[in-house]
Amino acid sequence: MIVRQLSPWGPGWSMAPATVAQMRRDMASLMERLSGSTSDESIAGVFPPMNVSEDRDRYYLRALVPGVDAAQLNVSVVHQTIAVSGTRQSAEEPGVSYHRKERAEGAFSRSVTLPGAFDGARVEATYVDGVLTLTLPKPEAAKPRRVTVQTA
Amino acid sequence: MATDKVQGFPTRETRDLATATEATRPGVLLTPPVDIFEDANAITVLADMPGVESAHLKIDLHDGVLTITGHTTDREGSNEVPVAREYPAGTFQRSFTLSEAIDQEQIQATLKHGVLRLRLPKVERAKPRQITIQTG
Repeated sequence: MIVRQLSPWGPGWSMAPATVAQMRRDMASLMERLSGSTSDESIAGVFPPMNVSEDRDRYYLRALVPGVDAAQLNVSVVHQTIAVSGTRQSAEEPGVSYHRKERAEGAFSRSVTLPGAFDGARVEATYVDGVLTLTLPKPEAAKPRRVTVQTA
Repeated sequence: MATDKVQGFPTRETRDLATATEATRPGVLLTPPVDIFEDANAITVLADMPGVESAHLKIDLHDGVLTITGHTTDREGSNEVPVAREYPAGTFQRSFTLSEAIDQEQIQATLKHGVLRLRLPKVERAKPRQITIQTG
């Protein structure tokens, strides 16, 4: 952005350094506000953000789904894929005026495929403090097993 | 933009000018998304803070600035190896400047399913009041 300032020394334009710095700050803050930087959107840009980890016997999947009624949360597994879906009820009450609305609401659905197999019949799910935790036990055949090497 | 104020809650500019609050412990500092709405009696703030237990939630009111801080615990066991990570464990923090119209002693907070609900009641004089007009 170039600002035309009429300088007392004749026609032309000049920009005081302080003005440029202020414009840059204003522009940066405007871009931040428009991009919604105040929300903690995950890198993947999808909802809900998930962390998957594993140990020797199980996979663990943790999804951040705050503010959802457990009855509205659906988890289903098939083969190596886990599907999490649900609805976050709007907390809107009648007759209020909003100052800020940053929290997403509505229906969400996401499925992830794990790199290994798990036993679908023994999956457990808990929902505590807005975190959905799935424990997915690995079948025996998928666990690493030591093979002894025979020497002749 | 510098004068854009909404009911005393600060915009980004005033937050930058205020004393910078830095985390004293290492870790990611996250900003929880909030919904703020008001009715005739109170202003309500809803903040998403998943993974924060009520024991790790701190609500601090000092000099008219309300600060909500919540630590998330890393729920992974020590044996676990990450396969995919989309969100970090960290600390949620956000500050708000309260206008004098809030009755600070009557602030209520509830934490349910990782959502903090703050009810900031207005003082009596700030509530809208109908004035009946006498005739005759």
